[in-house]
Amino acid sequence: MRPLRAAPLLTLLVMLGPVAAGLLGTLAPALGLFPALGGTGPSPAPFAALAAWPGLPGAVGLSVTTGLAATVLSLVLVTLTVAGWQGTRVMAALERALSPLLSVPHAAAAFGLAFLIAPSGWIARGLSPWATGWERPPDLLIVQDPWGLAMVAGLVAKEVPFLLLMTLAALPQAQPARRLTIARSLGYGRVTGWLKAVFPSVYAQVRLPVYAVLAYSMTVVDVAIILGPATPPPLSVQVVRWMADPDLTLRLPAAAGAVLQLGLVLAALGLWRLGEIGAGRLGRAWAEGGARRHGDGVARALGLGLAALSAGAVIAGLAGLGLWSVAGLWPFPDALPAGMSLTGWARHAPGLAAPALDTVWIAGAATALALALALACLEAEHRFGLSPGARSLWLLYLPLLVPQVAFLPGLQTFALVAGVDAGMGAVILGHLVFVLPYVFLSLAAPWRAWDARHATVAAALGAGPGAVFWRVRLPMLLAPVLTAAAVGFAVSVGQYLPTLLIGGGRVQTLTTEAVALASGGDRRAIGVAALMQTGVVVAGFALALTVPRLAWANRRGMRAA
Amino acid sequence: MRSIMFPAALGLALAAPALADPDPADWPSVLAEARGQTVYWHAWGGATATNDFIRWAGDAVEDRFGVRVEHVKLADTADAVSRVLAEKTAGRDAGGAVDLIWINGANFAAMKQAGLLFGPWAEDLPNWAFVDVEGKPAVTADFTVPTEGLEAPWAMAQVVFYHDTARLPDPPRTMPALLDWAAANPGRFTYPQPPDFLGTTFLKQALYGLVDDPAVLQQPAEAVDYAAVTAPLWAFLDDLTPHLWRQGRAWPQTGPRQLQLMADGEIDLAISFSPGEASTAIANGQLPDTVRTYVLDGGTIGNASFVAIPYNATAKAGAMVLADFLLSPEAQARAQDPGVLGYGTVLAMEKLSPEDRARFEALELGIATLSPDQLGPALPEPHPSWMTRIEADWQARFGVAR
Repeated sequence: MRPLRAAPLLTLLVMLGPVAAGLLGTLAPALGLFPALGGTGPSPAPFAALAAWPGLPGAVGLSVTTGLAATVLSLVLVTLTVAGWQGTRVMAALERALSPLLSVPHAAAAFGLAFLIAPSGWIARGLSPWATGWERPPDLLIVQDPWGLAMVAGLVAKEVPFLLLMTLAALPQAQPARRLTIARSLGYGRVTGWLKAVFPSVYAQVRLPVYAVLAYSMTVVDVAIILGPATPPPLSVQVVRWMADPDLTLRLPAAAGAVLQLGLVLAALGLWRLGEIGAGRLGRAWAEGGARRHGDGVARALGLGLAALSAGAVIAGLAGLGLWSVAGLWPFPDALPAGMSLTGWARHAPGLAAPALDTVWIAGAATALALALALACLEAEHRFGLSPGARSLWLLYLPLLVPQVAFLPGLQTFALVAGVDAGMGAVILGHLVFVLPYVFLSLAAPWRAWDARHATVAAALGAGPGAVFWRVRLPMLLAPVLTAAAVGFAVSVGQYLPTLLIGGGRVQTLTTEAVALASGGDRRAIGVAALMQTGVVVAGFALALTVPRLAWANRRGMRAA
Repeated sequence: MRSIMFPAALGLALAAPALADPDPADWPSVLAEARGQTVYWHAWGGATATNDFIRWAGDAVEDRFGVRVEHVKLADTADAVSRVLAEKTAGRDAGGAVDLIWINGANFAAMKQAGLLFGPWAEDLPNWAFVDVEGKPAVTADFTVPTEGLEAPWAMAQVVFYHDTARLPDPPRTMPALLDWAAANPGRFTYPQPPDFLGTTFLKQALYGLVDDPAVLQQPAEAVDYAAVTAPLWAFLDDLTPHLWRQGRAWPQTGPRQLQLMADGEIDLAISFSPGEASTAIANGQLPDTVRTYVLDGGTIGNASFVAIPYNATAKAGAMVLADFLLSPEAQARAQDPGVLGYGTVLAMEKLSPEDRARFEALELGIATLSPDQLGPALPEPHPSWMTRIEADWQARFGVAR
């Protein structure tokens, strides 16, 4: 019984320990403490060097604008879609498309999008030369535009599925059907009624996921490298570049930049909170105004159209990459490759086999650990009547709110000092930091929603708490447990910076391979890597869906759980 | 569920003992120590052709010497330098993660200066006897910095430009001609964004084409009037930039990106540091077979690629065995094959046995590769200080233009 009681504490330690250690490891060089480079006392030099970089205002501006724009757009899109279509067959179809969309790693989605929208991309090819007259690609700045619009589009396409998932999970507690029925009987339009009656309580629950989206969008590195501008790049990309520069003294402004990035995220979160308060005031006045309709039809169509567009872009982009992986020479403006061959796969797939295996092994181990810890926490909560407060939820989200570039480089140094060697073990623990929150969040709602009377009945039949857990609760909740595992698996597969920095380059996964290949721009190689990466994740989700059906082939009631 | 928590790697790595460094002069003992070692070769992983070559070399040394090679694919060579530095910071002076680095230029200068390299060892390798030390000064002076046996050369590179003859039959052969052509054909040329090494190389090549006396570039930039020497370069770039691809508001991030841009028809002319890259790309279907290469009037910059061993490498003996294999006539001839890599050899043909020489003579260089005569003599790399300063100035002038 004792170890179970300690589970919540252990979970927090595993999750927040690395974040705290990493932040310390970043803060020290930012303040000039870096013995290997002769920095032994506090000094303002790192921040002075950062301030002297001429690209700083641009980089900071980009980080803030692209982050805020991607978050606002994603939230608006998800809200309009759910408001307009909740409870309809369209929504059910969207829900089915969610898992595959979630499983496409960010880098793969960004490549796909880049190939779609570039002047020599698929869309331009489809329209050329018959509609556009282009025999060669026009010299248009679409990908890597200085405002970061392409990057925002890439982020929105990937954040919408995540926010939609979180919104759908939060929805039942807001009792939308009843509220909407009342609102509609009072004559409110579908969208207006949903926004006025349901949205406030849904937003209160998705607030933390929205914050996570904001923090992520402001600090993303892989998507920014592929789609974002480079003159200057967003701050996080520049920090990683400084980290990687042969001039070792640049580690100091890099650390200062990482601290600044953390400050920016905190400031943006503060700004967002102010925006929430402002929007809340305005919203209340709007709700109390009593207007029944505000272009509901248009809002519905817009929401669905944009959601379909963003989902379609991810899927079409991936299809484009798939086609590239088997393409022979494919010059502009041909809409399809002249010839197909498997040479791309024959050339690149064997080299990716070992990283694929390591990817599965790392993701599997990190997910298993996360699942064990999350289940232990939830079970401890149940048995000892611990009540999870709002604060524990914040702690859970902390690893998702602190920018990766702010603590991972520090964590690398810290791990070396502590004597933990770079290797699979360290990478698994590093992934655990990011996998655990997602697993816990996916699992918590269904786990807590389980009807505790089942436990009472089992206890009355003589089962101890252990037997109740293993023989009643876990089997009944098999489907949500496996879904949480699939989500955790997907999160682990997509990790780029943690694998690179903690693994010391020795641990290679499909994601690190894909990003390394991306620097070469060989679309066939990128296509093979991106498809394999996505395939691994899709296999995880497929497994999570089929196992309960097979395990409960003769128990229909268990499958629905 | 608990039994699968930790892979054995964590425990094993912690237990690795610190051994005395191998002595390269005693080659049989190096071979004996190397057997069974795993060499983590940190090498840029952005080009599929080099990745394939590294896999081949790894398989060969495992077969023959029992040395396993793991290619750690880097997006940037400096990642490996960072890693070694982080280890030194943490006081890990043995059992490091990096065994061999593909390196040259500023990365080498930085590691050498910071005392992060093992050696000297390179000139004790058995195959060093074949290296063309006399004819190719770049093999012992890396961007003018003496290598002093701290790194072993394995490939020669020289700047070439490639162009699609279907769209650009007669390419410009001097920097002023390039400017005129770009002004007449806006948006059809670009170069990788500095600090990418190829982008910086374009800047240095342009400087060579614009200065009065190229000899000043062999001195440190601090020793001469840097502003006066580089003034023509900045004037040239100010004129050129608005005529570049995307009006110079976006840049390819690496050299190989240009292959895709040319295949997509976005550009007509590009720079490369590998005379055989275009032929290799044609063979892979990455470029149309109408692409050809050429060099500028007055010559182009050439340098050597090296491998170096960090001071705290775990498998130093294995790393030396791999470096020696890379210098073997067999590996060098394979690297020069345009169907594989198309890299120039560092060996002197007259030092080889007739059979080994025949390996090179048998090579078909590929339709887009220039012969050594056509390539002409390589211009030496400027002192690394030029690269650092030009890079920084370029970034201030063009890299943050918003």
